[in-house]
Amino acid sequence: MVERGDPAVLVAGLRKSYGTKRALDGLDMTVARGTVHAILGPNGAGKSTLVRTLATLLRVQEGRVEVDGIDVVTRPRDVRRRIGLLGQHAALDEELSGRQNLELFGRLHHLGGRRAAARADELLERFGLSDAGGRPVSGYSGGMRRRLDLAASLIVDPGVLFLDEPTTGLDPRGRTEVWESVHSLVGGGTTVLLTTQYLEEADRLADLISVIDGGRVIAEGTADRLKTMVGGDRLDVIVTDPARLAEAAELLARLFGHPGGPDLDQLVKFDHSREADTRSGRVSVPVADRRGALARAVRALDGAGIEADDLALRRPTLDEVFLHLTGTTGADVDGAAGVLPDPDAPADSGPGAAGNVPTGPVGAPQGSG
Amino acid sequence: MARMTDVREDRAHEETPGDAARWVIDSWTMTRREFARWARNPAGVLLALFFPVMMLVMFALFLGGSMTVAGGGDYTEFLVPGLLVLTMAFGLEGTMTAITRDLGRGVLDRFRSLPMAPTAVLVGRGIADLLESVVALLIVLAVGFALGWRWHGTLSAALGAVGLLLLLRAAMLACGIWLGLVVGRPELVMAVQILVWPVAFTSSAFASPESMPGWLGAVAEWNPMSATATAVRDLFGNPGVAGTSWAAEHALFLAVLWPVLLLVVACPMAAGRFRSLSR
Repeated sequence: MVERGDPAVLVAGLRKSYGTKRALDGLDMTVARGTVHAILGPNGAGKSTLVRTLATLLRVQEGRVEVDGIDVVTRPRDVRRRIGLLGQHAALDEELSGRQNLELFGRLHHLGGRRAAARADELLERFGLSDAGGRPVSGYSGGMRRRLDLAASLIVDPGVLFLDEPTTGLDPRGRTEVWESVHSLVGGGTTVLLTTQYLEEADRLADLISVIDGGRVIAEGTADRLKTMVGGDRLDVIVTDPARLAEAAELLARLFGHPGGPDLDQLVKFDHSREADTRSGRVSVPVADRRGALARAVRALDGAGIEADDLALRRPTLDEVFLHLTGTTGADVDGAAGVLPDPDAPADSGPGAAGNVPTGPVGAPQGSG
Repeated sequence: MARMTDVREDRAHEETPGDAARWVIDSWTMTRREFARWARNPAGVLLALFFPVMMLVMFALFLGGSMTVAGGGDYTEFLVPGLLVLTMAFGLEGTMTAITRDLGRGVLDRFRSLPMAPTAVLVGRGIADLLESVVALLIVLAVGFALGWRWHGTLSAALGAVGLLLLLRAAMLACGIWLGLVVGRPELVMAVQILVWPVAFTSSAFASPESMPGWLGAVAEWNPMSATATAVRDLFGNPGVAGTSWAAEHALFLAVLWPVLLLVVACPMAAGRFRSLSR
C-alpha cells in the first residue's frame, strides 16, 4: 500500500536521449501530494518528454521514476490505474459524442458498462457539458473539447493528474475555462503536474514552479520567488531624446539598484544587450519595491533634466525570467510569444498605462469555479 | 450531485480482470468503438461501400461491352472476382487512415496511458475492418449477381474464395497498421490512395496480363492481387486469364503464399513500430 508520506511524483537522475540529443539530462524533482506543480520551460526543454515518461508513454532509459509511490519501470500498469493524462492535443474521438468518449475510456479502465455510463454522466455534469454530451465532439469549441479531455483524464479520480500544456492553442476564453477547471480540481485535493510555456499560467495555477532548460531543473520556487530573482517589478521608461538613453539608464540603475549586488550585474548585462533599446529609446530596470517607484523615477529624471515620453511599471516577462536564469532567451520562447502575445510586453502598454500592472492575457476572474 | 460512482473500487480491491480476460474485453470494447463510429456516420460508411459498387457498374456497363476476355467468356463474370480483390486491396487505405487519425490526434497516447491491454487497440481495429470488408464483399457479390455474374462451382469452393479474399484483406490490414504508424499523418495516406491505382491495374483484376505489353504483363502476373483474382475465378468457376505461365498455373498456391508472406513481414514490423512509440 502507498504510504501517505510518499511524494506524489519522485524523479531522480532521469536521463533520456535520442541519438546524440539529450532530452532529459539528470533531472531531479519531487512533487508533494495535493499540490499543483508547474514545469515551466521553452519548447525543446524536455517538458513533454518528462510528462510522457511519468505517464508511462516513454521508456525510462536511466534514473528512478515513481508516481504515487509506484515505480513506473516495474509496474507501469499500476501507475496507469492511478493517473490521468491530458496531452498536448485533445485526445478524443471526434466522430463520437462526448458521452460516448467518456464511456469508452471508462470501459477501458474496466469500470464495466453501467459504472462507465454513470461516471460519464457525472463528469459531463461537473464540466458543464451535460447538454452537449450527446453531440459529436467535432462540433465542440476548443474550450469544450479541452474540458471534455480533462473529464476523460479524471475517469478514475486519479491520484496524480498530468497536464501537458493544457491551454496551448486555446483562445482566451478557452484558457479561462481550463484554468477554472484546474482550480476546482485543486479544491478536491488532486495532485496536478502541469507543463507550460507561460509564466502567467504557472503563476495562476501552481503552488510551486520548476523551471527546466536543457533537460534539467535550473530553478525551483513559487512564482513570486522566481519573479523576485529577476528583480521584482520592472520599470520601463521611454526617453524622448535617444542621446540621453545611457544617462537615463545609469540614473535609474543607481536609483533602484544595489551597487555591487547581483541585480546590478544583471542590469549591466541588460543595458548592453537588449534592455536599453536605442531605436525605441526605451530603458527597462528592475524595481525591487514598487511602492513610490514611479514618483521617485519621475523626480530623478526631472532633476537630471531628462524628458520621458512614457513610464510604466510591470511584472517581469517569461523572457526576462529565462534571460536571467539561462542567460539566453531561446528562439522558442520568442515563438511562444508569437502564439500568445504577451500583454506584459511594453509595446502593449500605451501612453497612460503608467503604474498600471497588466494582469495577464485575459482578465479572468480569479479563484472562480 | 447524487451518489458518486465509486471509481476507486478497482483500486481498493485490486479486482481487475486477468491478462487474457482483459485482452478479450478490451479488444471487444475497441471493436464496439468502431461500431459506434459507424452508427454516428452512416453516410461515410455507405460511401465507402458504394465505391466498389460504382467501380463495378462503370466497368461492367461502360467498358464491358468492348472488353473481350482473352480466354473466352463473359466479361462481367471475369470482372466481379477482380473487383472483389480490388475492394480488399483498397482496404489498406481505410486501415491506414484510421491508424494515422488516432495517432495524430493523440487518442493512441490516451489509450496507451490507460490500464488496458495495449494491443487491444490494434485487435479492435482489425476485427472492425474485417467485418466491414465482409459487408463490402457481400454487397459487391449482390450487385454482381444483378449484373449477370454467377458462380458455377461448389459451395465449399465459393467459401474458399471468400476465405482467400479475407486473407488478402488481413494482409492489407497488417500492412495498413504498419504503414499508418510509419507515416503518422493522414495527409500522407493520400500518396497511398494514388499509388494503389497503378498497382491495381498492373494485375489481372480488370484485364488479362496476356493483353498487356510483355514486361508489364510479367509484373502483372506476379502481382499478389493477380494470384488472388485468378484463384477466386477458378473457385467461382468464372472465366480466367488466358496465360499458361507458372504464376497463373499455381494461382491458388500464390494466393495463399503472398498474403501469408505479407503478414509474416508486416505483423512484426507493425508490432515493433507500436512498441517504439514509447522509445
